[in-house]
Amino acid sequence: MIDVKHIAKLARFGLTEKEEEKFKKELSAILDFVAKLNEIDTKNIEPTAQVTGTINVFGNDETNLICEDKQIKEDILKNAPAKEGRYFKVKRVLE
Amino acid sequence: MRLNELTIAQAARGLKRKELSSVELTQTVFEQIKKRDLKVKAFLSLDEKGALSSAKEIDEKRAHEDILGGLAGIPVAIKDNILVRGLKCSAASKILENYVAPYDATVISKLKEAGAVIIGKTNMDEFAMGSSTENSAFFATKNPYDLQRVPGGSSGGSAAAVAANETIYALGSDTGGSIRQPASFCGVVGLKPTYGAVSRFGLMAMASSLDQIGPITKTVGDCQTVFDAINGKDKLDSTSVDLKKEIRNTKFEIKNLRIGMPKEYFAQGLDEHVDKLVKEAIKKLENLGARVKEINLPYSEYALACYYIIMPSEVSANLARYDGIKYGYSEFDKAGDLMEVYLGSRHHGFGAEPRRRIMLGTYTLSAGYYDAYYLKAQKVRTLIEQDFEKAFKEVDVIMTPVSPTPAFKFGEKIDDPLKMYLSDIYTVSINLAGVPALSMPCGRVGGLPVGLQIVGPQMGEPLIFGTALALEQNS
Repeated sequence: MIDVKHIAKLARFGLTEKEEEKFKKELSAILDFVAKLNEIDTKNIEPTAQVTGTINVFGNDETNLICEDKQIKEDILKNAPAKEGRYFKVKRVLE
Repeated sequence: MRLNELTIAQAARGLKRKELSSVELTQTVFEQIKKRDLKVKAFLSLDEKGALSSAKEIDEKRAHEDILGGLAGIPVAIKDNILVRGLKCSAASKILENYVAPYDATVISKLKEAGAVIIGKTNMDEFAMGSSTENSAFFATKNPYDLQRVPGGSSGGSAAAVAANETIYALGSDTGGSIRQPASFCGVVGLKPTYGAVSRFGLMAMASSLDQIGPITKTVGDCQTVFDAINGKDKLDSTSVDLKKEIRNTKFEIKNLRIGMPKEYFAQGLDEHVDKLVKEAIKKLENLGARVKEINLPYSEYALACYYIIMPSEVSANLARYDGIKYGYSEFDKAGDLMEVYLGSRHHGFGAEPRRRIMLGTYTLSAGYYDAYYLKAQKVRTLIEQDFEKAFKEVDVIMTPVSPTPAFKFGEKIDDPLKMYLSDIYTVSINLAGVPALSMPCGRVGGLPVGLQIVGPQMGEPLIFGTALALEQNS
């Protein structure tokens, strides 16, 4: 049985008791549905991560235009919920 | 005919001949929005000032030089998960309610370069998760054909805006059917391009191996015009690719066309009226000289299950960025420590569907379950892709319904996630295989539009357009 409380913690959500019940029911139904894949033998099948066939696309070691645009930097910071000067403000991480 | 009812091709012709101006065209579109959008509710935000000023700019340019492209001066609506610099971009989520895009998505840079007039941002299911726009954190969009019914989703706002003539065309995004299903419900044309054909840079990532941006338009020709303007390899999206020239230049002839009808898509669960209309459309092409053949896509029945492992897994990784620190809704001030910032911001910022999918993906990627779910689904994905590869050795395009039924009523499926997921049963396999597919109207049932899905091989957009144009011209 799926431990919704644990999963919610891993996913960094708060969860009320009522929500826990609801999600438990819904997620179990979906997991039952996707279990259908077990009908297929995939022993010698390679997994597909993406379909274009491109492998390790490397770029030159240079900043793109967006990183160089001062206005964009400012606009990015404008969206920050908490900031100080040119920095994002975060709660203390180390005690 | 009022100006807002024009297609791109008609508007471009009028603009070129100076029979109308971009300002007039844009004004008429906004008049229609003011009149009609109170009911339809396709838009989350509008930029009338910005739109009129770019329209004016284009008109002035046109007065001086004649060589402007086919999209210059023509209004477009953008789905609210695509960044347009300086405009709000919320993805219909409370967690991004006041987020202002700091830069343009690549598709937007390309449209602006082509002189497009961006009129506003359209409603959608939150973070593109849903099939009805009922998951929007703000309000649901109504189907212009019947206001009691959903416009489809997740690009429901874009499709409804085009259908209600509140714009000339729109952009949407499609991860499992989110352009095609609303296009079919609203009686317009929508294309999910080949994976990688259009840059995803500046599209809010949902499931990165499946997401594609595409056009929603009134005609097939318009769809091609927009696709031509937005496709191409982009340095800022390393998964983007160029369409191969040899395919692009293939001459299309209907008498050489081989159409495949997958048995699995015309089976139980399909509305009989939809079945009939789709088959009639295929018959029309047969009468024009195409050859029709029944084919098999044996792993089709596993596509939805495969999709509902791969998509949520990628969602759970992509949506980790909404943490209450970098942008959007935050409980920074309320929280005691960092963990509380995360828990509170994400609990109250996300709606139920994103949380459902994030949790599902967190579970399927977690230690001990990865092999059983995610890896297993990736292997099944290989089989689904091979189904299409094999099929395209025998046929040029595949034709199916877009959705099992026409537009459904509000509330009909919203309380049962699995039931809602089933409305994507004919579209998700296309994204898993990475192939392109177009939805176009093929008739109506009880006044409601029905869509035909035309699927091509990878990079097969020219074939799809050729087929769709032939059908449109003979409808």
